[in-house]
Amino acid sequence: MNCTKCKTKAVIGLPRHNAAFCKVCFNGFVHDQVARAIKSEWMFGKEDRILVAVSGGKDSLALWDILLKLGYRADALYVNLGIGSYSEQSHAKVRKFAEAVAASHGATLHLHTVEQEAGAGIKELAQLIHRPTCSTCGTIKRYQFNRVAIEQNYDVMATGHNLDDEAARLLGNVLHWQEEYLDKQGPSLPASVAGFAKKVKPLYRLSERELAAYAVLNKIDYIVEECPMAKGSKMLQYKEVLNRLETESPGTKQTFYWGFLEKQSKKQPSATTMTEKDRAVLHPCTSCSQPTTAEICSYCKMMARAKTVVPR
Amino acid sequence: MQVQLSHPARTIEVKGPKKVKELLRELNLVVEAHLVIKGDDLVTEDEMLYEGDQIEIRPVISGGSPHFTSHISRLTSQE
Repeated sequence: MNCTKCKTKAVIGLPRHNAAFCKVCFNGFVHDQVARAIKSEWMFGKEDRILVAVSGGKDSLALWDILLKLGYRADALYVNLGIGSYSEQSHAKVRKFAEAVAASHGATLHLHTVEQEAGAGIKELAQLIHRPTCSTCGTIKRYQFNRVAIEQNYDVMATGHNLDDEAARLLGNVLHWQEEYLDKQGPSLPASVAGFAKKVKPLYRLSERELAAYAVLNKIDYIVEECPMAKGSKMLQYKEVLNRLETESPGTKQTFYWGFLEKQSKKQPSATTMTEKDRAVLHPCTSCSQPTTAEICSYCKMMARAKTVVPR
Repeated sequence: MQVQLSHPARTIEVKGPKKVKELLRELNLVVEAHLVIKGDDLVTEDEMLYEGDQIEIRPVISGGSPHFTSHISRLTSQE
């Protein structure tokens, strides 16, 4: 199989684009797709300060790498969840990338350790407060990423969600007719109220396989192991189904998600309307000041509960 | 040839020669969810693999991170 552009030996075939690329042309393709996503969704400009949420996985490290190579001002935040050796390994991968690649671009890595603040790792914390681990993890990550973005004056926060993540989530929402979520599944969320950072997903045009290939080709050392907490998750099941469809019928995932975005853009309430809706129901948490619909936000409630049961 | 697999990590012996896509089909693995690495090089589905090759079949699917679905739901709860 030869590269569609330069006719040298290809390293990856992309059936959904009816193309194959060598390493150099594939890197060009990946960078083009991200640049296109940033521009078409008005995500950020060259002068903006970006905070990338990194986990040690292929997507977030690839995102940090791509943004730095495209000349953006991108720092990163890693949240250490305290999941035994999995967290130790993922933290080591992030540190290695920060030192070997990001530092030469003048980028900084921020760190938050759950155990330091909560007194326990995520698994123990979830058990103590009787909530599912993934939901506890989600609350903590969302809160900490937003907190650091606001406190350190970043213009925008970027996550490594890819085409597979978005298509799987869309499938889940459609299967359960969760229309309230469908309205907000775009790749760019505005900073609707004071205390909320703008959030974007610059990888929504690239598949997981393409991002893994980008990491391998560019020698980005990422954690291949799956998070032990994610085993058997619904998201993984939806992805598996979509990948079987994609293999039989290339382009299924992008037609599904991009087609949805196109339809939404014609009827979707504008960013202004979304902002108005948020402003109508959100106010500062009485404990930490982050926006919430309740008196105290879910993160502060969780921490208060943890402090009553975790020995200090 | 030796084929290294993940989730769980294990190595199996497969008889060559055969093409990458035949290897994946034989192991009942979906192309879209895997990368095939020969030595240090990424290879396409039509690449021929021979006895003595060191192959890694790497899964590319992850559970994903929490989504920032909505400004309303992401930091609040009614519990």
